[in-house]
Amino acid sequence: MPSGRQFVKAMRLGGAIGVLTASVALAQDAIKIGVLEDQSGDFAAATMVKVNAITLAAEEINAAGGIGGRPVELVVYDTQSDNTRYQEFMRRVLQSDQVDVVFAGFSSASREAYRPIVNQFDGLAFYNNQYEGGVCDANMIVTGAVPEQQFSTLIPWMMEKYGNNVYTLAADYNFGQISAEWVRQIVEENGGTMVGEEFIPLGVSQFGQSIQNIQAAKPGFVVTLLVGAAQASYYEQAAAANVNLPMASSVNVGQGYEHKRFTPPSLKDMYVTTNFIEEVDTPAAKAFIEKFRARFPDEPYINQEAANSYIAMNLYKLMVERAGTTDHAALRAEIAKGDVCFDGPSGNVCLDPKSQHMSHTIFLAKVEADHSISFPNVWENIAPYWLGEAGCDLTKNDPSAQYTPSSPPPQE
Amino acid sequence: MSTLFSFLFQFGDAFAFLVIASMGLAIIFGMMGVINLAHGEFIMCGAYTTVSLAQLGLPLPLAILGGSITAGLIGMVLERTIIRHLYHRPLDSIVATWGATQGVLIVLGSTMQGVGTPLGSFTVGGFSYSTYRVVLMGIAVLLLVSLYLFFYHTRAGVIARATIQLPRMARATGVDTGKVYTLTFGLGAALAGLAGGLYAPTMTLVPTMGATFMVESFVTVVIGGGDIFLGAAPAAAILAVIRSGMTAWQGQLFGQIGLLITVIIVIRLLPGGLSGWILGGRK
Repeated sequence: MPSGRQFVKAMRLGGAIGVLTASVALAQDAIKIGVLEDQSGDFAAATMVKVNAITLAAEEINAAGGIGGRPVELVVYDTQSDNTRYQEFMRRVLQSDQVDVVFAGFSSASREAYRPIVNQFDGLAFYNNQYEGGVCDANMIVTGAVPEQQFSTLIPWMMEKYGNNVYTLAADYNFGQISAEWVRQIVEENGGTMVGEEFIPLGVSQFGQSIQNIQAAKPGFVVTLLVGAAQASYYEQAAAANVNLPMASSVNVGQGYEHKRFTPPSLKDMYVTTNFIEEVDTPAAKAFIEKFRARFPDEPYINQEAANSYIAMNLYKLMVERAGTTDHAALRAEIAKGDVCFDGPSGNVCLDPKSQHMSHTIFLAKVEADHSISFPNVWENIAPYWLGEAGCDLTKNDPSAQYTPSSPPPQE
Repeated sequence: MSTLFSFLFQFGDAFAFLVIASMGLAIIFGMMGVINLAHGEFIMCGAYTTVSLAQLGLPLPLAILGGSITAGLIGMVLERTIIRHLYHRPLDSIVATWGATQGVLIVLGSTMQGVGTPLGSFTVGGFSYSTYRVVLMGIAVLLLVSLYLFFYHTRAGVIARATIQLPRMARATGVDTGKVYTLTFGLGAALAGLAGGLYAPTMTLVPTMGATFMVESFVTVVIGGGDIFLGAAPAAAILAVIRSGMTAWQGQLFGQIGLLITVIIVIRLLPGGLSGWILGGRK
C-alpha cells in the first residue's frame, strides 16, 4: 500500500508528464536552430564561447516571448574541430532534425566542407567568424569581419607607423593563402614592398629558420596569420630570440585570446583589427560582458565570435519577425531592402544585400608588454564592400562560389 | 662569418630537436621493438608536469627533472600493466599505446599558460638568437654521451642490452628480465618526458603538443635503425643538415618534404636503417 509520501511522488510524476506533453505541443511551433560548433579538439578554446553566446541569446529571446510568439529551440552538436563531423552533422540537422537555420563553423576549411551540403538541401547558414572573405552564396549569411574590414584598415595604419617593408608569415591553407594575397595587394596599393612571405604547414612548431629569415629581410613589421596551437609557438620563440618587431594580425587576440594564455611579453606590440573583444570600452560592450558573465561566470574569455554569434541570433529574430515566416526567400527579400540592422555589443551593424555580409565598427587592439590591451584607433561602420564592388550581387543571382582578389567574380 | 654561424646555429637547433625528441623512442621502439604511439603523450606529460612544478615556484631545471621522472614512472606503470603482455605482438602494441593517448586527451582540458623561455638572447652579426637554444644543443650532445656510457660502460647497461637481445640467456644467468624490461621502458618514457620538459618553455601547451614531435622522432629512429649510437645519432645529424638546408632554401614546407623523402629513400635502400648498414658492413 502506498504511503502518503509515495502518493505525493506519484502525483508529482503525473504533473511532470503533464508539463512534458505541454512542452511537446509547444515544440511543434518552436523555431529550430541548429548549432554546429567545436566544443572539443584543436579549436575548442576559441569556440566553446560561441555556443554559450547562442544559448544566452536564445534564453533572452524566449524570455521576451520568442520570435514572433514562437519559442526558439537549439539543436546543438559538437563538431570536434573535425571537417568530416561538420558534413555529417550538417546533413543531420538539415535532413532529420529539419532545423529552420544553422549556426556553424570556425575554420574556413570547415565552412568550405559544409557549404555544399547547405546548398544541396537549400538550407540557411550563419557563419559567425572572421575569415578571408569572398563567399558569394545566397544560402550563407556572414557576420564575421572580412579582409576589407580587417586589412584595409590595419595594413595602411601599420605602414604609416612602422614603414613600408612588410613580411608575412601565414598558415599554409585556404585562410592563410587568401589572407596573404590580400595583404600583398594592399601593401602594393600603398606603395610598400613585400620583403618576404612564408607559408607554414599546419602543425609546425619549430620556427628557428623562419625567425632568421625574418631578421635577414629586415621588415618594418611582420603580418602573422598563424593558426592552431602548434603554430602559436612562434610568438614565444620569436620573443626568446629577441626579434622585437611589431606584429599585425587578423586572427590573434580576437579569437584565441593569446594575450591571456601566453606568458608576457611574447605578444608585445601585436596589433589586431577586431570588431569586438572583452576589453572594448563602450557602454554596449560592457553591458554585454556583464550579462554574459552573469549567465556564464566561468567563461575564460568573451571573444569577437561570441559577439558575432549573439548578433546573428538577434538579426535572425529581426528578419523572421519582419517577414512573418522562416521561409528563406522571404528572409532574403528582407535583407535585400538593405535595412536589416542591429544595435548590439559591437555597435550598430547592418547586413549588406549584395554579399549578405555584415558592416562592422573595427577596433585596433594593441597588446602591451604586460599583455594588457589598448586601442590606438577605431574605424566606424566599415562596410563589407569588396564582393559587391567586384560583381557579386545575391539579389540578382547566386553563384554559390568563393572569390579572391586574383580570381574575382566573372565580369559580364 | 655571421652567415656561417647562422647556418651552424640552425643545424645545431634542428639536430638538438631531433636527438632530444627521439632518444626516448629510440630506446622503446628502436631497441625494445614496441611501436610506441604514446611517445607524444610521454612528451606532453613531461611538459605539463614541468610547467605545473615551475608555476609552483620550483626552479626550471628541477621542474624539468620532475617532468622527466613523472613520465618515467607513468611509463613503468604502463609497461607493468599493459605493454609487457604485448612484446611479441607489435601490431597490438600499436593499438594499446594509441588507446593510452586517447585516454590522456579525455582527462586533460584544452590549454595551459606557459612559463616563458629563460636566459634571454645574444647577437651575432645582424641576427639575434635565443640563448636557451644553445643550451638545448649542449644537452643533446650530453644526452648522447651519457646514454653511450650507460649502455656500453656500466653493468646495468650491459644487462639491459643482453636482456633485450637474448632474454632467455639473460634469464639463465640470473637476470630478472621482467624488471629490466620495466626499467628500460621507464628510461625511454623518462627521456620522452625530458624532451617535453626541455621544450615546454618554448611552445604552446596543449594536450596534443606531443604530436608535433612524433613525425621527427619516428623518422629519426626509422632511419637510424636499432642502435642508438650508430643509428639515431648520425641519422639526426644527416636529417638536421637536410632539414635546415631545405628550410633555409625554400621554407618550412620543403624542410618537411626533404625529411620525408629521405626516409623513403633510406628505407628502400637500407631496410635495417643506418645502424643495420654500418653493422652489416662490419661483418
